[in-house]
This record gives sequence, C-alpha cells and structure tokens, in this order.
Amino acid sequence: MGAGHTHALYVHEHSPLHSTAPEVKVVAAFGLVLAAAITPAQAVWSYAIFGAMAAIAIAIARLPLRFVLIRMAGVLPFIGIAAVIPFVSTGEQIEVMGVSMSQEGLWAAWGIFAKASLGVAVSVTLAGTTEVADMLRGMNRLRVPAALTAIAGFMVRYIEVVAGEISRMRIAMTARGYDPRWLAQTRPIASAAGTLFVRSYERGERIHSAMVSRGYTGTMPDLGHQLATRAEWLRCSVWVALAAATAVAARVVT
Amino acid sequence: MHAPDGFLTVGTAVATGAMSAGAVGYSLRRTRDRLRDRQIPLAGITAAFVFAAQMINFPVGAGTTGHLLGAAMAAILLGPMMGCVVLTSVIGVQALMFADGGLTALGYNTLNMAVIPTFGGYAVFRMGRRILPRSRSGAIGATAIAAGTSVVLGAMAFSLQWLFGATAPVPFDTVFAAMVGVHLAIGIGEGFITAIVIGTVLTARPDLVYGMRDLGVEDVATRQRMPIRAFALAAIVVSFVLAMVVSQVAAEGPDGLESVAAETGISATAVEQVTPRMPFSDYATAGLDNEALSLAVAGAAGVIVTLALLFGLMTTVGDRTQKRPDVTASG
Repeated sequence: MGAGHTHALYVHEHSPLHSTAPEVKVVAAFGLVLAAAITPAQAVWSYAIFGAMAAIAIAIARLPLRFVLIRMAGVLPFIGIAAVIPFVSTGEQIEVMGVSMSQEGLWAAWGIFAKASLGVAVSVTLAGTTEVADMLRGMNRLRVPAALTAIAGFMVRYIEVVAGEISRMRIAMTARGYDPRWLAQTRPIASAAGTLFVRSYERGERIHSAMVSRGYTGTMPDLGHQLATRAEWLRCSVWVALAAATAVAARVVT
Repeated sequence: MHAPDGFLTVGTAVATGAMSAGAVGYSLRRTRDRLRDRQIPLAGITAAFVFAAQMINFPVGAGTTGHLLGAAMAAILLGPMMGCVVLTSVIGVQALMFADGGLTALGYNTLNMAVIPTFGGYAVFRMGRRILPRSRSGAIGATAIAAGTSVVLGAMAFSLQWLFGATAPVPFDTVFAAMVGVHLAIGIGEGFITAIVIGTVLTARPDLVYGMRDLGVEDVATRQRMPIRAFALAAIVVSFVLAMVVSQVAAEGPDGLESVAAETGISATAVEQVTPRMPFSDYATAGLDNEALSLAVAGAAGVIVTLALLFGLMTTVGDRTQKRPDVTASG
C-alpha cells in the first residue's frame, strides 16, 4: 500500500524550489508560459531569455537533466504536427533546399515548437518539485473550488489502485489462456473496463463509509501548513516581471 | 488531443478559459448538494477510472492510435454536470501533475475535452434515447452514438477555435478535415467501447447508470446481445450523416476565409498545394455543379475511404476465428 503519496513526475529533493509554497510556484509557472504565449515568434532572442529562465529553475530544483528531457519528449507528437505547418500554410512561399514552403508557416511552426517546449519544461519543473497534497493546497489558496481539488486528490490517490486492479484483471485473463491484443478483440477488454468501473465505484462507496465512520464531514482537516511568505511572493513577482518585461520588449521591437 | 502551449492565440486561450470556467462553475453549483452529501470520494474514484480508461489505446489507421476520452461515458454514468466536473479534474491533474497539455492551453483543453464532449455527448444521448426504442438495446445504441459524436464534437470545437485563434496561417478546412477525419475514426472506437462498458455496468449495477434510471427491471433483464452488425451499421450511418450534413455548415467558414485570402492576394497555392488535383480537393467533387450536392458527395467519399481503411486494418490485424469466448462479466 505504498500508493498515493506522490505522483510519477515528483522528484524527491530538498532544493529551495521544493520548499517554496505551492501557490507561488503555480503563479510563477503561469507567468512564464503566459509571457511566452504573447511573445511574437520572430523575437527569437526573447525565447532565449525564457529558456534561460526555465533552465535556471530546473537547476535550482536540482532536477536531473535526463529526467526533464525524457519528460519533454512527450510533446513530440505535437511538434510533428507543427513540422507539417510550413507545407500547408498560406502566405509568401520561399524555397528551402528546393522545397517550397510558407515563410509565415515556418515562423508559426517555430513559435509553436518554442512555446510548447517551454511550456512542458515549466510544467515538468512544477510537477517535479510539488507533491500532490501541496499542489492541491496551493490550488485551494488560489481560489480553485474545493470540490474540484478534493475530487482531484481522491483521483490521484486511487489511480494506482485502479491501475493495480486493471493489471490483476489482465493477469486473470492471460492465466485463462486469453491474450487480447487486436482491434477485433476489444469487446472483452471493454467489458472488463465495465466491470472495473463497478468495482471502483463499490470501492468508492466502501471508502466513503469508512471515512464517514472516522469523522469525515466533506472536507479534509487543515493541518496548519504555512502560507507563502512575503519574501516568496516578492521573488515570484520579480520573476514574473522579468518574463513580462521580456514579452513587452519583444512586442515593441518586432 | 491534449494540446500543448502555443497552439492557439492568447486571446482564444483566455476566451475559452472563461467559457470553461463558467460551465464548470455552473456544474459545480448544480452538483453541490450531491458532492456535499457523499459523492466526492465516488467522483474521485470515477475520475481515476476515467484517467485509467484514457490509457486504453486503439489503432485508428495510418499508424496513429486514439485513446478513449471517456467524457460521454462519465456523463451517462454520473450525469452531465458531474461528468463535466470529473473530466475537468482529470484534465487539470494531467496538466499540473503529469505535464500533459499546456498550462495556457488549459482553457481550450477543458472546453474541448471536458465541457463540450460531456454536455454535447449527453445531449446526443438524450436525443438518441427519445428516438430509439425504450429498451436496453435502444439505450445502449444511444450510448454508442453519443460517445462517438462527443469525440467528433470536441474535434470540431478545436477546429472552430483555430478559425478564430490560429497561430499559423493554415486554412480552416485543412485543420477541420484533419481533425474531424481522425476523430471520426477515434469516435467509432469510442462509441464501440463505451457501449460495451455501459452495457456491463447496466448488467451488474443498473442503479449506477444515471442516464438510464428510467429503465425498469424487466427492460434491463431482457438482455439480447447487442448485435455488432447493427451497431456497425448505425456507426456508419451516423458518420455519413455527419460528413454530409455537417460539412454543409462547416463549409461556410472556409469559403469566407478563402475568399478573403484570395482577395488580399496572400492565398498563393494554399490547399491546392497539399492535394494537387485530387478529385475531392477543396471539399468539392470535380464535375458536380450543385455546391451542396458536391459537398455531400465529397463528405460521403471521405467516410467511405476512412471506413475502408478501418475495415482493411481490422481484417488484416484481427484474428479470423469466428467464435470468440464470451467474457461479458469477467472475474
């Protein structure tokens, strides 16, 4: 029963970024990706600044570079889509190595590539330095409805339980000589999923009764975690201001 | 469909974010009593179930795999409001804790994968229930159609947002064709799987299926096996209707966009470049004068090609054994 304490992307460390209040980290992450989002793709130099900021955050968090790069690879399918854009775009056509492509589309593809990579790097850093419970508490302090964060909390806690149930059902199928792997065999998989839902739901009912009998009233008790300090908010505002200034400068120059 | 940052403009992200926040806030208000009562752990574990279901991949042809969205499934099992809340928390957790989908893309990802598929899917489900016979098979058929349509609705919403907030000058109809084409194939898989999942739940715990509470005990008990052939037929009919009717509405957009592009002289060789002299390029059939008719023919041809691809895939990779073991309620 080691499940549910944290999630797949969390990296156990004791860096300054790990101990920063979660709401500050969320605001800083949103600030950086939003600044990048409003920056025109032509201002390549500003993306160098954004990239450097993300790299500094990753370094402060002491996240292994390999880990970040592997997680960033998850965005590759979308980069693949972006790579097609120059060939299907309208606008002035230019010749690159004998192939005609849209110049505007080329800039757009670069923009999507830069923004998506930066976004996923920032998300990985945020997820890598924040535990589930902290993240949910941070969201609560940022006025995200408590019902939503409570559902999310239960969800993260039970993902591994449900996944364990799936693998047990799968083993049970295989043990009985059935190993579905083709499209035409989806019916047993799907009906297993239906059974999985019933089991999950009944488990949820039992969990709820168990919690009520232990005094659950609909909200989790606040264990008195510290709020974000003034210094943390100050550092966060410097960070966001730097990103915003870069974005504004890029819009003015280009 | 988990779009990363930078796919749509900031304005679109903010606008869709406001729409999503409104819809989710409304759903939260409407489900407040249910949530306060006892449903938060249940909603949470259903969200975990949807999260797990989204890991079920199935091939849609041409090397791409689609995964289950589970929005229509959640809406039919829990009701549209709860379904929307559950899907929203799934997408939020994926963005914040699994780096799946961009932070600034949360607005349109939530709209396209939680709000529109749950409410749209449930609306289609209600319509299907009204038309189809009030029986187990009728309800399951409505489920299949609703689940399939919900995925396509999400894809259409994304294409529409592209029309308003594109970050690249790719014509609307190119995006629309690609998105809807791929998601039509995903939708067939989604409809098929969702129908079986709901069918299994209906057999074991009919009280858990929100959208079928009106079915009596004898309706649930008379359990004719869902004829796969009938389902496949229904799926084909729905895709034809979608392709032929919806394309009429959708074609208004690209026409406008294209004419503007042509007027301002930036059009160059946009769509023609992708599909040079194809019989159905520009969503019209060469040699047919009636615009509506030619659109419909082009749409129908698209469906035939997609289905042929799917059928070819199924017959080449599927096992040929006719008798499959009946594992309707395993374990």
